[in-house]
This record gives sequence, C-alpha cells and structure tokens, in this order.
Amino acid sequence: MSAAEEVVEGHQAVEAVPKRAMTLGMGTSLVVLAALIIAPVFVKNFIIFQMTMLLIYGLAVLALNILTGGSGQFSLGQSAFYAVGAYTTAVLMEHFNVNYALTLPIAGVVCFGFGFLFGQPALRLSGVYLALATFALATAMPQLLKLNFLEHWTGGVQGLVVTKPDAPFGLKMSQDMWLYYFTLVVVIGIYILAVNLLRSRSGRAFMAIRDNEIAASAMGVDVALYKTLAFGVSAAITGVAGSLGAIAVQFVAPDSYTITLAISLFLGMVVGGVGWLPGSFVGATFIIFVPNMAESISKGLSGAVFGVLLFLVIYLVPHGARQIALHVKRKSWQRKNDQDGPTG
Amino acid sequence: MELFTNQVLAGIATGAIYACMALAVVMIYQAIDHLNFAQGEMAMFSTFISWQLMQWGVPYWGAFVITLVLAFIGGIAIERILFKPLAKAPVLTNVAGFIALFAIINSSAGLIWDFTIKQYPTPFGSAPFLGSQLISTHQAGMIGVTLLLLLGLYFFFQYTLIGLAMRAAASVPESARLVGINTSWMIALGWGMATAIGAIAGMLIAPVVFLEPNMMGGVLIYGFAAAVLGGLTSPFGAVVGGFLVGIFENLAGTYIPGVGNELKLPIALALIISVLVVKPAGLFGRHIVKRV
Repeated sequence: MSAAEEVVEGHQAVEAVPKRAMTLGMGTSLVVLAALIIAPVFVKNFIIFQMTMLLIYGLAVLALNILTGGSGQFSLGQSAFYAVGAYTTAVLMEHFNVNYALTLPIAGVVCFGFGFLFGQPALRLSGVYLALATFALATAMPQLLKLNFLEHWTGGVQGLVVTKPDAPFGLKMSQDMWLYYFTLVVVIGIYILAVNLLRSRSGRAFMAIRDNEIAASAMGVDVALYKTLAFGVSAAITGVAGSLGAIAVQFVAPDSYTITLAISLFLGMVVGGVGWLPGSFVGATFIIFVPNMAESISKGLSGAVFGVLLFLVIYLVPHGARQIALHVKRKSWQRKNDQDGPTG
Repeated sequence: MELFTNQVLAGIATGAIYACMALAVVMIYQAIDHLNFAQGEMAMFSTFISWQLMQWGVPYWGAFVITLVLAFIGGIAIERILFKPLAKAPVLTNVAGFIALFAIINSSAGLIWDFTIKQYPTPFGSAPFLGSQLISTHQAGMIGVTLLLLLGLYFFFQYTLIGLAMRAAASVPESARLVGINTSWMIALGWGMATAIGAIAGMLIAPVVFLEPNMMGGVLIYGFAAAVLGGLTSPFGAVVGGFLVGIFENLAGTYIPGVGNELKLPIALALIISVLVVKPAGLFGRHIVKRV
C-alpha cells in the first residue's frame, strides 16, 4: 500500500464502516427534525439566516462525504462545483427570470455533468495526485469566472446580485424564515436520497471501490463508471448547495468561491466524521461558528485560536463526531442489557 | 527565439525557488508519508527568526546557522508535542492537523512581526549574473545552494546508517521496528530536517518575494506541484520538477494569448495534471505495485 494513496484515499480513515453506522437511528432523527422545524419560531432573523447557511454548508459537506467517505476519492475542488451551482442559479434568475426553485434541479444537472466529465481524467489519478488535480480546479474556477468574454453573464469581478424570494401563497412569514424552511425541505429530501443511495447497489459499489479497488473490479464492479458517478453525484449535490447559498446570501462573486471554501468543507467533513452522513451537519456547525468564536476571543490571533480549537477537537475525537455518536450508542446498549439482566 | 531562451532562463530563475521548496516537501514526505500543508508557514516563521536575529545585530551567516539549529529543534518539538499524539489517528485527521498548524503559525507571525512587507538581505548580491539581465547573482546562488543541498541529501540517504534507517522507517515501519530502528524518533528527525531545509528555502526565497507572513502561500503551491510532478519519492525529481514548473509557468504566460498573471497558476497546474495522467507516479517517482 503506497503511502501516497493512503493519504487521500483514506483507507484507514474510513475502514469498512458498516452501512447502518453511517446514519442516525430513527428516534434521534425525529428529535433533530422536530428541533429544526420549531427553532426558527423563537429566534431572530439573523440567526435564522445562520441556520440556513448551516444547512447549506451541511449539504456541501454531505456531498464531499459521499465522495470521500463513500467512494474513497478525495477532492479539494468542491468549491468549484459550489461556484458552478451558485452561478447557474444566479444567471438563470437574473438574466432569464427563472423561478428560484426551478433553478435548483437545473444547477444539479449542470454540476452532475461537470463533475462526471471532471471524473474522467481524474480516474487515472489517486491519492495526492487526485488532491492536486482537484486543487487545480478549485484555484482555476474564480479566475475562469472573471474571464472577459463571460463578463456579460457573470458580471466579472463585481459578481451578480440575486433577489431574495418572498414567501409564496400569501404566507405571513419573513423572507429569511421562508428560505429556511425551503432549504430544510430540500436538504431533507437530498439527505434521504443520499442515505438510500449508499444503501443501494451503487452505494455498495462505491464502498467496495473505497475498501479495495482491485478486489472490487475482480468482483465485477465497473470501477471507472462508479468512480466517475461518485464524482457526478457529489458535484450535483454540491451544486444544489451552491444554488441555495446564492439565494440565501443574495450575491455571487468569484472570490467567494476560492480554495478556502474547499478547505472549510474538508475540515467540516473531518470534524463530523468521515463517512458518517449526519456528521456533515455537525461539521458545518463547526466551520460556521468556530471561526466567529475565535474572532470574538482574540481579533489579532483569530487564526491561532481557530487552529488551537481545531487541534483540541481532533485530539479529543480523532474520528470526529461519529466517535461520540458510537460511544453513546454503545453506552445505551450496555445500560439496556444491564436492565434486562444477563440473558446469556 | 531570443524571447524563448530568455523566458526559459527567467523560468529557471523562478524555478529555483520552487525547487527549493519542493525539496523540503519531498524530504518530509519521505519521513512522515504525508504532505505537510504547514511546511511553507514553518519556513516563513524560520525566516522571520533569522530576520529578527539580524535586526539584533547578528551577521548574516551567524543568523543563518542559528536559525537552522532552531528550525531543526522546532521541527522536532512540533512533531513530539503536536503530531505524535495523532500517530494512530486517521490520515485525513492528520491533514486537518496540518491545516490547524498553518493557521496557528500564520496568525502568530502576523501578530509578532505584523503584515508589513520587509526587505531581506541576500548573501550573494543582486548584480546581473554573467551579464544576463534575467538571472541575478542571488538567483544563481540559490540554484547553486539547491543543487548542493540535493547532493548532500543524496549522500545522507544513500550512504549513512541513519539515512538508511530513516528510509526504512518511512517505507516499511513494521519491519523497521523489528530490526531495532526507533521509528518514532526517525519521524521526529525527519520533521527536524524538513523544517531546517524549509528554513534554508525560506531564507533564499525571502530576498525575491520579500518577507511577510503570507510570503509562502503561492510558493508552497508551486512547490507541491513540483514535488508531485517530479514524483514524491524522489528528491532529484523534486528539483527537476521545480525547474520545469518555473519554465512552464513563464512560457504559458508569454505564449498563450489572454493568459495574464491570474491564469498562470491554473495553466501550470493543468499542464502538470496532463503529465500526471500519462505518468501517474510523477516523472521520476517509483511506481508502486499494489498488493490485494
């Protein structure tokens, strides 16, 4: 096993996670869902906006999780797919007056195509080499969006302003709150799709490739097809997250989608636990709130404070939030067994 | 044709910077098996230390040597304190650790020495080299130092016992432990050496790009690209890769229309990726046979 591949294919990171361990239990899911539905009623608009962003970043981290945790491929280029999604929505809404909700599936399809095509040359690369290739994509994207002949559509360096939609059907709801619920519905829909995808034949193919590519191909898995497919699906979901992000922030500009975004998404995945889908949202919470927290602790040293906090997290839980969830699950099992008495 | 040779020469001059950095990258990769994203920041911090020493009146070469020693010790300390506890953690968690280290060093340097750009002296002078306007004596000196360093490393890894032990610890840790090599300390030693080489790179680069906390951002990216292009397992490949990336970048900027400064990096990277698609292990990298 070459180390170069291990770095990023993350064999050790995601050693054969059983499918069931990738999701939350039914009860916990319902509690979280209820909390997500009720919470906006009690908080201010700005917090609702932050919760919307949390869901959006969570979705983007989820997409990376499908790619890395699912199929074992690593990407530093997620910010490029996010940008394509955001720009698709912005251009469609502002130049063609398409309804915002309709732009989401279009962005998804465009990004799927883009990711699928990018997956083709990336097939030959793995590990650090793949990281470099996706990194190149992430650095190229803001520059491509600034190109002169695209300026008519993209607005060049200035970017585009996106109108925030009102709540439909005469609902008495602030724009922020409507957008939150809209995002929540989309995110839940995609989350359920993602869970089912990983449980399906394709999901098993992804995991077989992740755990051992050669063995997978010997068992009849079309490695090239499923690897590119994983890229496509991941890009599509990231694209939808990008669209939602564009609508929520009401603005797209090339410099919002730099490599920094891709790195944040990566950190979100690690903090949440690689290969554990609910962790994506825990990770998103980390990448949204911890930098702000660091800033409020010390302005001059915010980077250092952020680094120290990140170190603390990875010392305490090297496997991310997944580790805590597993621990709790095991504890509650034990308690149950104790109550039932020794049954042999 | 003259334009072409001139651009190639200029490319070699910038390539020397990348080669230097790539060498440090490969060095640590050999020792710890990971790409260290904080490498550039460690080099920047070392360079600041040497600058501070010179401000206090230490002569250039004195500051140079003291910085090397401090960087070596610092590298070992970082490994012992921060990364040894993560030795059993997943690889991606280690990568997150590098990013955290990056943030910490960058932000502390900004606080200690602030973000204004500082002049940094060169020991070689900055007159044109052999009458050429494109390469200064400093850049020629830099190329010389890089080559010397490469030679030194080659002898160290090839002909000394400790170099052999380090190679063994990096490539097959289990077997290395069985023959009595203290692999954990070999890793620390690798960190120390990589940090010291990074410090040399930083001190050579600083006169060209000027000293400031973000000076290494761009250089590190090209350094990584160069290391990957040359093959991560080969220090020689890293140096060749560095020069090639410098030349690529300059030629792309000159001959492809519409490529300003902004598109230089993506185009250089795209070229490298096309090379990698043909030769997935890099130009000089060992092709590793996988076991099922």
